[in-house]
Amino acid sequence: MRIEQHPILDFKNGNKVKFTFQGRELEGYEGETIASALHAAGIRTMRESAHLHRPRGLFCNIGNCSSCLMVVNGESNVRVCVERLREGMVVETQKGKGELK
Amino acid sequence: MKHREIAIIGGGPAGLAAALRAANLGARVLLIDRSDYLGGQLIKQTHRFFGSKEQRASERGIDIARELAAGVTANEKIQVMTEATALGYYEDGVLLVEHHNKITAVKPDRLIIATGGAEKNLMFPNNDLPGIYGAGAVQTLVNVFGVKPGKKVLMVGAGNIGVIVSYQLLQAGVEVAAIIEAAPRIGAYWVHAAKVVRAGVPIYTRHTIKRAYGEQEVSGATIVQLDENLQPVPGTEKDIDADVICLSVGLTPLTELLWQAGCQMIFVPELGGNVPLRNEFLETSVPGIYVAGDVAGIEEASAAMMEGALAGLNAAASLGYTSESLASDRKNVLAQLAGLRSGPVGEKIRKGLAQAML
Repeated sequence: MRIEQHPILDFKNGNKVKFTFQGRELEGYEGETIASALHAAGIRTMRESAHLHRPRGLFCNIGNCSSCLMVVNGESNVRVCVERLREGMVVETQKGKGELK
Repeated sequence: MKHREIAIIGGGPAGLAAALRAANLGARVLLIDRSDYLGGQLIKQTHRFFGSKEQRASERGIDIARELAAGVTANEKIQVMTEATALGYYEDGVLLVEHHNKITAVKPDRLIIATGGAEKNLMFPNNDLPGIYGAGAVQTLVNVFGVKPGKKVLMVGAGNIGVIVSYQLLQAGVEVAAIIEAAPRIGAYWVHAAKVVRAGVPIYTRHTIKRAYGEQEVSGATIVQLDENLQPVPGTEKDIDADVICLSVGLTPLTELLWQAGCQMIFVPELGGNVPLRNEFLETSVPGIYVAGDVAGIEEASAAMMEGALAGLNAAASLGYTSESLASDRKNVLAQLAGLRSGPVGEKIRKGLAQAML
């Protein structure tokens, strides 16, 4: 969900871009993070933990904690809280530790 | 191998202030940050700062970040390297930096470590469910990207960050169900706490979170009252409906690089965890390594800027750079820091710092 009106902030969004999450086509803004675009689409679960297979989402949002690792364009362990969204990105849930290519 | 007079790790308030002061004295500076922008966590701070004019009071963090970053970028003595991660600092004085999938070796005469802090987690069942965030994480989402984390928030912690982020969530049109605080009193500045209470948000002191619930994502939490010994009082459990839980239970210094570089460390709870021992010049036990900001002990951004200024002046002065006003500049920064840490608000910090001196 995006904020429509804010008393002191004016959000300057970049161009609209299309990307996919689990094969589903979504829209976001260039320059925002992948995590931000997913949250705007109501998606908060990003990966599955390695041992207990529990759902994991965003925690620190500053590229520090590794809670939000996903597979982006086939590359595992991408911190989607700091990775910027670009046109045509293929974003997938990561299960466990991810595969090294 | 690149040679630099001063390398600074971290482009937040401390690192930026350090770069500007060191460069203004004449030193050539390399500023490294792992993000793709400068300003660190200032960029999400939309509230007005406290303090005096020199401490940027009544300015907003986002504006201070913009100004400092512009000053650094325009300064020809400062080379900025963003999207660059410092990997390690070794006995021969070499710093390894990963930048765009390449490793670069830098040999700085002085190193200022200003890596900041990270939010702490809290132990309770289901604390790993999606929808449970650090309060700062939600602040970034809301204030930087204009995106809501959910519909209804339970805030855990009534310190400055918890209360300010609650207010900013309200500004963004997100409902705040309640703020809970384990301590018997609100830790935040009263002016902020009064604002959220006026907006109808209840603040429950002496309360903690017992467990979160929800299947794939969080859908609520059970909170419970605490007695004088911080033990749960049976029968006082209350369910709070919330699809977002924000943890605002303090920060801890990001000290990996200091440990790796062999700096002597000490655990000081008042400063947020393990911190480097340092002398009055902010130099650690490893000669030539200085620290500034949250990595040296969790404080506010205004203190981080002052420590950055001090570390920048001291590192440059130790290389022989000087100016007519060096002594008075240094004295002025020290006076600012003393001011920020004065009174009952600064008591915890003063107690913590007293334990961390070399």
